[in-house]
Amino acid sequence: MASLTTSRALAPIGTAGKLFAFGLDVGRGLFRRPFQLREFLQQAWFIASVTIVPTALVAIPFGAVIALQVGGLIKQFGAQSFTGSAAVLAVVREAGPIATSLLIAGAGGSAIAADLGARKIREELDAMMVLGIDPIQRLVVPRVLACMLVAVFLNGLVSVVGVIGGYVFNVVLQDGTPGAYLASFTALAQLPDLWQGMAKALVFGLIAAIVACYKGMNAGGGPKGVGDAVNESVVITFMLLFVVNFVMSAIYMQLVPPKTG
Amino acid sequence: MGVDIRVEELSKSFGKQLIWGDVTLTIPAGEVSVMLGPSGTGKSVFLKTLIGLLKPDKGSVIIEGTDIASCSEKDLYEIRKLFGVLFQDGAMFGSMNLFDNVAFPLREHTKKGESEIRNIVMEKMDLVGLIGAEDKLPGEISGGMRKRAGLARALVLDPEILLIDEPDSGLDPVRTSFINQLFIDLNAQIDATFLIVTHDINSTRTVPDNIGLLYHKHLAMFGPREMLLSSEEPVVRQFLNAQTVGPIGMSEEKDADELAAEKDIEMPPLPPIPLQLEPSNGIPRRSQRPAGEWCRTNGITPPPGSFESSNAGLTPGS
Repeated sequence: MASLTTSRALAPIGTAGKLFAFGLDVGRGLFRRPFQLREFLQQAWFIASVTIVPTALVAIPFGAVIALQVGGLIKQFGAQSFTGSAAVLAVVREAGPIATSLLIAGAGGSAIAADLGARKIREELDAMMVLGIDPIQRLVVPRVLACMLVAVFLNGLVSVVGVIGGYVFNVVLQDGTPGAYLASFTALAQLPDLWQGMAKALVFGLIAAIVACYKGMNAGGGPKGVGDAVNESVVITFMLLFVVNFVMSAIYMQLVPPKTG
Repeated sequence: MGVDIRVEELSKSFGKQLIWGDVTLTIPAGEVSVMLGPSGTGKSVFLKTLIGLLKPDKGSVIIEGTDIASCSEKDLYEIRKLFGVLFQDGAMFGSMNLFDNVAFPLREHTKKGESEIRNIVMEKMDLVGLIGAEDKLPGEISGGMRKRAGLARALVLDPEILLIDEPDSGLDPVRTSFINQLFIDLNAQIDATFLIVTHDINSTRTVPDNIGLLYHKHLAMFGPREMLLSSEEPVVRQFLNAQTVGPIGMSEEKDADELAAEKDIEMPPLPPIPLQLEPSNGIPRRSQRPAGEWCRTNGITPPPGSFESSNAGLTPGS
C-alpha cells in the first residue's frame, strides 16, 4: 500500500522525466539528416495562419490596457512625459512574450497536439515507424523549429501592434500628446529589451511545441484520448511558460542593468 | 525468398498484467502463418512486438541474426525495411492521397526518380485493384479500399516479411475471400513470409500453411494447418470450430462450475478439413504442401470428408 502511494505521488516526476527525455530526443533529431524542409515550411505556414489574427487581436487590447494602467499611474506621479516609454517597456519586455506564449500554446500547440494525437490513434505513427521512418525526425523536429520561428515573429508582431495600440489609446482617449509619447520612446527601453523578448519567444515556442508533440504522440484510448492530450498540452504549456517567463525575466534583470539618464 | 522469424521465450506485460508469457515459435520462411486467439489475448500486441513497436519484458525475436527486442534503434529502423505491415484500418496518412501514401516509403528510402516511382506505385495499385482511386484521400474511401491501399503501401518496398493485422475486420464475406485469395497469390509471387493475425475461422481454415493459437496468456499450439484442424486439444478444437462448449468462456476462461455443468456435453465431431486455397493461376506455391500430407506422415486419420472440397467445415455467410 505504501509503495502504491509513493509510486502515485512520484508519477508526475516520471512524466516530467519522460518529457525531458523526449526533449533530448528532439534535440538529437535536430541534427539528423535529411532535414524535412517541406514539412517545416508547411508547418510554419500553418502555425502562422492559425495564430497571426488572434495574436494581433489580443495585442491591441493588451497595449491599450497597459496604456490605461501605466498612464493613470504615471499621471499620479506627475510624469506624463514618460507615458510612452513606460508603455514600450511593458509591451516589449513582458506583454509581447506573454501574449505570444498564450497564442502559441493555445492556438499552435493545441493544433499540433490534436494533429499528432489523431495520427497516433489512427496508427499512422506506428505505420511510419514500421516503414523505417522516425516520426521524431520526420514530424516533430520540423514542428518544433516552425513553432520557434513563428513565436519569434509573433513576438515582433505583438510588440508593434501593442505599441501602436497603446499610442492610439494614449493619444486619442487619454489626451496624451503624440510628441511626448514618441519622444520618450527610448527613455527607458533599450535594445537588450528587444533581444530578451525574442529570446523568450524562442524558448516559449520550443517548450510549447515539445509539450504539444509529446502529449500528441502519447495520446491513447481512442478519440477521447486525443481530446485529453490537447487539453493537457495546453494546460501544461501555460504553466511552464509562465514559470519560465518569470525565471527568464529575473535572470534578465540581473544581467542587464536598467537604463539610467 | 522470405526470412524466418525466431521467437524465443517472449513475454510481455502491461503493468502487472501479463499479456502472454514464454511464447516460443519459429515462423517458417516463405510460408503463410495465421495467429489466432480469442479477443483480448494480445494478438495485436504480439504483432507489434515482432516489429519492435513494443518492447517485450523478456525473450528475443530474431530476424536474420538481429534480435529485435534488444538491438539499437538504428538497427531496428534498418531491419524494419524488411517488413511490410498492414494495420487494422490501413493506417494511411490522412493528409496524403493514396498515390502519395503508397509512394511514401519509396520517396523516403530510395533515390528513385518520379517516373520510376510512378511505375512501381501503379503496379502495386493494380495488384490490389485500386487503379483509378490514386487521387482520393483516405477519408474519402471505404474501409475495404483503405485496407487494400495499406496493403499496396506495405508491398511497395518488396518486403521479405508481411505482417497483417486483422485483414477481415469490417470486410464483407466476398471482399474477405478476395483479400484471402490476394494473400495466396502474393505469396506465390513474392515468396515473402506472411503472418496474419485474425479471428476469422473460415480464413484460418483455408488460407494458411501454419496456424498458431494464443490463449490464456500463452501460445496454446503452433504448427501446420492440418495438425491444428485435426487436433483433439479442447481449446484448439473449440476455437477452430467456433463452439461454446470448451474451456474458453465469454469473458476469459470458464470457471470450475461452468466447466462442471458442461462436462457431460459431448463436443461435436471434428468437421472435415477443407482444401487449402490455391493461387488463382493454378501453379502451386513453393511452400505449399499436398493436401493430407501432414496427416499421413504423422499417422493421423483426418475427419471424414476431409480434403474433398475447399469449403468443407466452413460456416456459410460468416
